[in-house]
Order: sequence, then C-alpha cells, then structure tokens
Amino acid sequence: MQLIFEKSRPGRKGFALPEIDVPIAPGLTEKYCRKQAAPLPEVSELDVVRHFSNLSRLNFSVDTNFYPLGSCTMKYNPKFTEKACALEGFSDLHPLLPQLLGGGMLAQGSLEVLYNTERLLSEITGMHAFTTQPLAGAHGELTGVMLIAAYHKNNGERRKHIIIPDSSHGTNPASAAIAGYNVVVIPTDKDGFLDMTAYKKALSRETAAVMLTCPDTLGFFNPKIKEIADLAHGAGALMYYDGANLNAILGKCRPGDIGFDVIHLNLHKTFATPHGGGGPGAGPVGVCEKLADFLPISRVIRRSDGTFALDYHKHKSIGYIAPFYGNFGVILKAYAYILCLGRAGLIEASENAVLSANYCLSRLKDYYAPAYGKRCMHECVLSAASQLEQGVHALDISKYLIDKGFHPPTIYFPLIVKEAMMIEPTETESKETLDAFIDCLIEAALLSKSNPEALHSAPLSMPVKRLDETKAAREPNLRWQQK
Amino acid sequence: MNYIPHTELEKKEMLKTIGVESVDDLFKHIPAELRPKSFNIPEGKSEFEVMEHLKILSRKNATNLTDFVGGGFYDHYIPAAVDALAGRAEFYTAYTPYQPECSQGWLQAIYEYQTVICELTGLDVSNASLYDGGTALYEAAMMAVRLSGRKKIIVDSGVSLIYRTMLYAYTSNLSIEFVETPVVHGQACREDIYKHLDDKTAAVIVQNPNFFGAVDDFSDIVERVHKCGALAIASVYPVSLGMLKSPGEMGIDIATGEGQSLGIPLSFGGPYLGFIAVKKEHMRQLPGRIVGATVDKDNKRGFVLTLQAREQHIRRERATSNICSNEALCALRALIYTCLLGKSGFYELARLNYQKAEFAKVTLDKVTGVKVKRSAPTFNEFTVCLPKNADEVVCSLIDKGFACGFPLGRFYKGLDNYLLVAVTEKRTKEEIVQFANSLEAVLCS
Repeated sequence: MQLIFEKSRPGRKGFALPEIDVPIAPGLTEKYCRKQAAPLPEVSELDVVRHFSNLSRLNFSVDTNFYPLGSCTMKYNPKFTEKACALEGFSDLHPLLPQLLGGGMLAQGSLEVLYNTERLLSEITGMHAFTTQPLAGAHGELTGVMLIAAYHKNNGERRKHIIIPDSSHGTNPASAAIAGYNVVVIPTDKDGFLDMTAYKKALSRETAAVMLTCPDTLGFFNPKIKEIADLAHGAGALMYYDGANLNAILGKCRPGDIGFDVIHLNLHKTFATPHGGGGPGAGPVGVCEKLADFLPISRVIRRSDGTFALDYHKHKSIGYIAPFYGNFGVILKAYAYILCLGRAGLIEASENAVLSANYCLSRLKDYYAPAYGKRCMHECVLSAASQLEQGVHALDISKYLIDKGFHPPTIYFPLIVKEAMMIEPTETESKETLDAFIDCLIEAALLSKSNPEALHSAPLSMPVKRLDETKAAREPNLRWQQK
Repeated sequence: MNYIPHTELEKKEMLKTIGVESVDDLFKHIPAELRPKSFNIPEGKSEFEVMEHLKILSRKNATNLTDFVGGGFYDHYIPAAVDALAGRAEFYTAYTPYQPECSQGWLQAIYEYQTVICELTGLDVSNASLYDGGTALYEAAMMAVRLSGRKKIIVDSGVSLIYRTMLYAYTSNLSIEFVETPVVHGQACREDIYKHLDDKTAAVIVQNPNFFGAVDDFSDIVERVHKCGALAIASVYPVSLGMLKSPGEMGIDIATGEGQSLGIPLSFGGPYLGFIAVKKEHMRQLPGRIVGATVDKDNKRGFVLTLQAREQHIRRERATSNICSNEALCALRALIYTCLLGKSGFYELARLNYQKAEFAKVTLDKVTGVKVKRSAPTFNEFTVCLPKNADEVVCSLIDKGFACGFPLGRFYKGLDNYLLVAVTEKRTKEEIVQFANSLEAVLCS
C-alpha cells in the first residue's frame, strides 16, 4: 500500500480551523521561527479515512482473529469500556485541576475511580497498597525495583544484586539493571523449576530481591514458591512478583499471601484492556505494608467526609515516576471490567483460561513435545524440536498458521526451550475456535514430514510474503523521504 | 457477565480430553496453605449497571470550565476522524507487530508516525514512541550518558518541574550528577550553563517553550555544548513546531516531548505519548521499538520491527532500556491528527494558538494590577503577575467557570503571585474577554 506521504497533493487540505477572531499581532522574530513548514502530507479527510481504514484491515487483531500470543493474555476486550472511557467527564478532565486550590472537588469522579481500583487490586492480590501510576508492565517493574532500592537504603543497606531465573521475561533483568542492580541468573532444573541448589548458593546479604513470575513463563505453578520466599526473607531480601501471568490464579491464590512484597500487574493482560497495537497499557504496582511509605507521589486518599484528595506529603516516597496518576483511561477500563465480572466472574476467568490451555496441551502433546512434560496453568509451552529434525522451525509453523487466519503463539520464548511455541488461549475463546487452531497445528506437524516446503513458503495469502529482516537491520530505512 | 463461551457440556468434553474430573483438579498442585485468605470482591454486574455507575462518577468531574490551564498538557480540538479511525478494533485489539506479515497495517502506520516526528523535529530518526514526555526525557538523558561515557547533566530550570522530578527519581541510584541552572529574563541562563559545562558533562537539557512559556533559540548553547563533546537535549511542545525553529535547525542531538497535544484527550493524565528523535549517528542507542522498511521475497515493500539487538527481549540486562511496549495507539492518533491538519493546517494551528495568546496578553495586561511578563517572546502560554496570591485567585475564578491557569508558586518558590496562562485555538475572543472581566471582578472584591 502507498504511504500517506505518497498520496500527498500540493494544496489539498483535510481539515478547517476556525477563522482568527482576534486582531492580528506581529509575528515572532525570524530567529525563533522555522525556515520551512514541516512537510506533512497534503491530503483530504477522505484520503486519511480511507488510508487508515485500509491499513487497519492489514492487521490480525483479537476482534478479527484468534490471537493465542503466550504471555500477552489476548482476551476479548469488552466494548462498553471504550464507551465509558469516552464519557466527557472522564476524557476532557485536565490532570492539573486537582492540584489547584479548591480543584480537588472538580475531579472527585476520577479520583474515586483511582481509589476504588487501588482497593480492588489490593484485595485481588492480597497486597496492602497499590499505585496506579506505572504506565506499562515494564514501567511497573522499574518502579518496583526503585521501591526495593528505597527500602534497603532506608534500612541503611546498599545491596548489590537481584536474583532472576533464566526463564524470566527479558524486561526483568533489564529493569533491574537500569535501576542500578547487578543481575544474578538462576538456571531452571530438570523439572522446569527454579534450581534450588543454585538459588540457595546465590542468595546472600547482597541480594536486594528475587524477581519471579508465578505461574512462571513455562506455565507452571512452582509448589516450592513459599520456601523460595521464606529463604529470600531470611536473607533480608524482598520478593518481587511479575504479574504477567495473574490470569491463571485469580481467586486461587494471592501473591500477598504467598509472601511477595512488591508486585506489578498488566491491566492490558488480566483485566482485558485493549493492547492498542503495543500500548497504551498500565502496570500498577502493589506493595506489602512495610513498603507503602515509599510508593510514588501523589497518593489518592479518602478523607473522613468521604471525599477524595491527592496527598503529596510523603517524605519517604521515591518521587514522581509518571507525570500524573497513571494511564487513567486504561485504569478506568480495567475498573469497569472488574466490576462487571465480580468475584465469581474473576474466578471463572482463571478457571476457564487454565481449562482451555490444558485442553490445547492435551490435544497437541502427541505432535509437539510439551516443555518438561507437565500439565500447565493458563498457557502451555510446546517445542517444535522434533519438527526441526525435518528442517522445519517454529517460525515456519507460525507462518503457516498466519495463512490459515490464526495469529501465531509467542515463539522462541522462554529462551530455555528449544523451538518454543507458547500458547495462551485465554478464557474468552470458544471450543470450536480452539479445535480449529489445534487441527491446524496438527496439520503443520504432519506437513513437516510430508511436505516441509509448504511450511517454508508460508505465508502466501498475506499482503506481503516473508520479509528480509537482515536487510532492514543492515540498511536501516526508518522514515520516508521525498525523492 | 464474564465473556466465557464454554457451555457446561463443552467443559465436560474438555475435562475428559485432559483426563481430569473437574476444573479443581487443574489447581490441585497449589498447596492448601497458599489458598487466598480472602477474596472479598463485589459480585458481578451487568454492562448497563456498570455504565450507570460510571456515568454518575463522570458527572462528579467538572466539565463546564473554560480551560486556560496548560503546563505542558493542552486542551486542543480533536477532529472526529481521529476517534473514528483510532477506534477501529483492527488497530486497538492487535498487539505489538511481532509477526510482520499479519501486522503490516500497524507497521506501516508506525513507520509513517516515525516520519512525522522526524519532520516536526527536523531530526533523522524516531522510535515507535515512549510512554510520555517525562519518561522520554529520562531515556534521552540515559542515552547521553551511554554515548558520552560521562555522568554530569546540566538541566535548565525552565524544564518542567514534573519532568525534572521524574529524571531525579529514576536516576537516584545511578550516581549521576545533576546541575540546575536558573532562568534569567525568562530564558535559559547562558552564563550559568557555560560555567558548569566541562569535559565531564554528558548533556545539557533545555525545553522549548520553557515551563514559563518563553520561546528560545538554543543554537548558541548547542555550539558550546558540542565543543565540550557533550550532547544537547531539548524537550519540545509539538504544536509549537508548526511555527518555531525545530530542534534539528538548532543542532540539537536528541529531541523529546509530550505528544498529548496531537489529537490525544487530556483524560486526567493519560494515556499520553512520549516521542524521541535523534541524529542518525545516535540511532543504535535509541530505546524501544523501531520500525524499518524492507522488502519481501518478491521484492515488494514491507515493514518490520528492526534494530532489535538493542532491546530487552534479546539483550536482557544489557539492553538500552527495559521498554517493551510503546504507546502505539496514541502514536496512531498523533499520526492521523497531523495528516488531517497537513502541511499548511499544522502551520495555521500554530499561528492561531500564537495569535490568541498574544490577544490574551494584551487583554489581561489591561486588568488593574495585573502585569504580563514580557521579557521573552512566547508561543501560546505566558506568565502573569497578579496583585495577590495566585492560588486564591484561581480558586475564586473556578466559581466563575474558569480554570484560569496554573499557579507557579506550586512548583517555584517565591512565585506565589504568578499565574501561567495557556490559550489554545479553542478559546474564543469572547471567552478571553470574559476571563479578563472576571479576573478584574475577583481582584477588586
């Protein structure tokens, strides 16, 4: 498809501004002005509408395709939450309003949404307090690690490293490192769990925290999780919970009860806010009581008269991590979703997510080896290692799925599983959708023996065939330029 | 309502295939002592009931104020086509385009967004977006530290206090030295910047227009910064770039900013859009996703995520940033918005903002006891000195239907009588005159 810039015609306009209704003042002196107008496209409103409507149709999305991208929880995003977000009282509210004298009373509705969401998330996870400020999951991780650093500093300690399993999300070590910590990586044992011998050896008074995903990225719930937490606490370290996989355990167990001290959630995963093509998400952070004083400012508080206000007077706080109160629009959608599902609905969500993932695993295990041969929680990791013997990679199987209208699973993650395919079906997909997807994967497994070329050449039905990624990286072309 | 399609019969079939009796069997391995101590969540409600609750809450927010509050976040008009197109579920229910063949729509849109950001800033390379203007500035500072191998950063105090506070919070464990230089006559103080600039300096950070609304040309600062082997970073307000000298024209190395003003609702602070653009030689230190053009097997143009060797999913603790997602949907809104306005429209928008603000300056200056600060030129926001505490004036004007500005005393000591006033294209001549009249009334009473 042509770029919008290639559709530009000199003099064409797509939008009319109001006429100037004030007397014309002299312009700025030349020194402050740009020499030429920015060369934005000159297109009509219909040009723009058709361009982006047609572009949208080149994407797979949850609303058009099954999207079992592991670790991303691509569940259905209820439509009414979009409508709620667009209510003028929410969408037009200036974030600085409650910071004006007397302005707090002008934002009571939004402050109540934030307060209620923090309370609900605390109860769902068993944590003492929450902040909704982090703007994404990885941003929540960074905030969490900053809280951990502030806690140790307050105790007069400067601990040096954070322990992270080799099966973790890449964001975990990256977040720890950019906050100033060294990373100690613990291998996975033969059963697919954290290697306890290596863990005990690594744990010391230098350990600031242990960062874990639970269930982990292999889709397993570690029955030794409590022991791991107790050992960490014994060494004075804190336990960090990566909430990417919370959709597996709603109402079944709570990170706070297990002994996690800091957790982040991904509202765009467990709480059904749209992924937006890669954001905006939201990564609220919950803490146990001893860490509450360090949470970012401002804090939303409920006064004795039932009104809500912002509290900036927290001298132990790590400070501002976002300009305001978080991605309010995303938080509002998650709040609406939680109210809609309620207690029973949340539990059913996890039960059915786990049911669907195990169903996929059971039907596929004879064709693709399940990682570590175990039953899973809300997602299953399969290996295409035996297909590789025929020269077929997980990537080839993915491209075949695309031709059949399915978004592929997450591939090549976790890094410790050869030719990994991580399938997260979620609770909102019907059995017939799962069956069609499973049948297609079985077909690919059979084709890998009978006709591997059919997999190597896929996809054939998309707007483009396989793209040259090496060329993209070696000869970076990162913007359009007028020839 | 739980959005689960499985019927009881289907559940039974699925359990049978798995080889277990009940769903509980699938959770059996979670030890009993780890089961929830409580799970006290209200029972679910229908969509209708939840919507009614939210409507009531939304009405507890003020929506009828005439808005002169800016401070980096502005009340601009959003064309309906932006909502209509960004509201297409084929965009908003997709995820990061890991699989390029079935994500060409998103990839092309991001490539186009990157182009627009480069054109506005006058720089060579943009990434696919960051969370907001503050985190973008932090990422820029970290880029400068990596590129220069130095750890001292000079920050002009005309940079938003919100962003400076974020910068200090993020780097509190990294032994980076920050030096703040004062604003003199409304603009960045050259003398003080040069005094601190040395061979340990990684970067100088400035903002245009600055928090007080003053416009500047940093070309002279940039020249001195480069002589020291440091980088020049500018946080900029994108709508002003319709008219103001671009960071690229000033020689700036890294430009960042808050993209909210490009078709994104104020929405009480988010989701917003951080943008970052750099000179070509710095692109391999950029954080986050980047989209590049390439060709497919048939030599047909297509788009992919590229330069991924910088990123956390490959480099883990050695990545340039921990960023995983971006703010794609907000970037899409900014792209659609700038395309609708187009080359001449975007200039006209900037001009309209400037002219309305100039009129407001003249009008407010006539109010008894009010003095508009005129030491430096401004774009669409400016500082006024009031004869009494700005907090109280703001409070009184709220009762008259105006959010009349941001009291600077909240962020700057000694400026208790100063008010920061923003005027966008949405403010009419009549509203500006009414604001001045109400201010006169409040000050006289």
